[in-house]
Amino acid sequence: METSENKLLSGPVIAVNIGLKSFGTSLEQQGVEVVQVDWTPPAGGDQEMMDLLDELL
Amino acid sequence: MASSFVIRKNQYYDSVFLMSVNRRISEVKGVQQTAVLMGSPTNKQLLLDIGIHDNQIEAAQPNDLIVAVIAETSAIVENVLGRLDEWLEAIQENTLSLNVRTLEDGLSQKPNANLAVISVPGEYANREAKKALEAGLNVFLFSDNVSIEDELELKKFATQRGLLVMGPDCGTSLIGGVGIGFANAIRRGPIGVIGGAGTGLQEFTSQVHNAGSGISHAIGTGSHDLSEKIKGLTTLAALDALEADQQTSVIVIISKPPEASTLAALLERIKTCKKPVVGCILGVEPESVSGKPNFQPARTIDEAARLTVGLSIGQPAVPSGGLSPEMLAIIHEEKKGWSPEQKYLRGILAGGTFCYQSQQILGEAGFTVHSNSPIEAKNRLEHPDRSSEHTLVDMGEEFYMVGRPHPMIDGTMRRHRILAESHDPQVAVLYLDFILGYNASMDPVGELLDAILEAKRLSKQRGGSLTVVASVCGTEGDPQVLGLQMKLLQEADAMVFRSNALASTALCQLLGQR
Repeated sequence: METSENKLLSGPVIAVNIGLKSFGTSLEQQGVEVVQVDWTPPAGGDQEMMDLLDELL
Repeated sequence: MASSFVIRKNQYYDSVFLMSVNRRISEVKGVQQTAVLMGSPTNKQLLLDIGIHDNQIEAAQPNDLIVAVIAETSAIVENVLGRLDEWLEAIQENTLSLNVRTLEDGLSQKPNANLAVISVPGEYANREAKKALEAGLNVFLFSDNVSIEDELELKKFATQRGLLVMGPDCGTSLIGGVGIGFANAIRRGPIGVIGGAGTGLQEFTSQVHNAGSGISHAIGTGSHDLSEKIKGLTTLAALDALEADQQTSVIVIISKPPEASTLAALLERIKTCKKPVVGCILGVEPESVSGKPNFQPARTIDEAARLTVGLSIGQPAVPSGGLSPEMLAIIHEEKKGWSPEQKYLRGILAGGTFCYQSQQILGEAGFTVHSNSPIEAKNRLEHPDRSSEHTLVDMGEEFYMVGRPHPMIDGTMRRHRILAESHDPQVAVLYLDFILGYNASMDPVGELLDAILEAKRLSKQRGGSLTVVASVCGTEGDPQVLGLQMKLLQEADAMVFRSNALASTALCQLLGQR
């Protein structure tokens, strides 16, 4: 059975970029299929609320 | 002096974007200090440290934008803050909003995605990485400040699923010719790389490219992977993957010092690897690991590149150029220009691996070098900001990173340090590294040029001459273009080298007997 890392290495890279937009842009400039997540701190950055959300989901 | 601030609720921007806005505002005439940041607890403390405090700031949340300005007059402060939208829009890229707010949204757009690139602030990184692995994605985790326990959990989970976790604290990878994070433009070829030393990986892959060969994949592991706790989980997974990869014929491992039992286990695994393995394990004497089956140790990154390029074409190591007779003559001339009191080296470095490798090469030549990231604890600087005799400063070290951009993206901190060193009449040699590639500063040499020239001018004014040594890591295909950056340095009368190891050899010659 082919392992997943072999699949990544045999490419092509298809990426989801979460965080610095510039990382996504440089991937696009290299011709990579990439989707940029417009990320913001979940639950407004409230740790207790995040834990609660994680439990609910 | 006047100061004020503006808070924008629920307006989140990433740190690189905020840094660009900060830089633009700080260039306005009369502005003394600016802070453009999100309302995280660390950032609120930074504001307090510069004397900006208010109940509204105290109440701000991590997704609230805070812009604070300290300037000569209140008119300047009001003007800057009044034009905030202009500053934000000037830098904001015109991106098409697809309403992609979460990883799940992203996967609905690209259900066949195979890699999550994660660079959110450390406190949220583990959560995002876990979600990505659960969705079956490999992870490139640039974020640091992920606990070692969380790292272990992520990597164990990934191993069970046959996935790779590159990181946390992973600066660079090259997968099938694609540079992720801080990577250079490198042609594809037969050499597979594994490593936890970010700038070390960039240096190695650039050396291989510049020698005419290429890289199949370079898999970053994060800086803690070869620790006692993590036991090289990503390194071992990467070794499996490269062993199975048809494009790879030789494997190289570039690493900072590993934990002893982890190194022993790694060497044991290498024994049975079907492909030859070269290792540049900084901090480990090559003699202590020589004679191990299927493993060729290299003392420096340059040596690893020469050995590996040779192996990939079935030939012995490409011989080292070393220092040319012309360069030795230049070194001789440089020393003649020094005043009697000039005797010390000051290296102001962006690359942590370069700081380490330079210390190693100078140490082997018998020089005692002080550092904020010393190889031996006894050589630690009393304070990172205060140099002592021969000093190499790692400007990317944690002390300098709180609320500030890495010196690879922004040269401001290095510029200030060069100017500080320029007032010390005992400094004879200034050593600087320049790292090119995707996501790095678009003009790293240009950012420091005025400081270099000012330091040279001051030295001349004192009746001496400052020798500037520079190494440039990168390729002609990089956005900054290797040749152009080297030319700028040569025009500023610097001695320019294409590798950190070669520059360090020149430093040994410069600091040797006069």
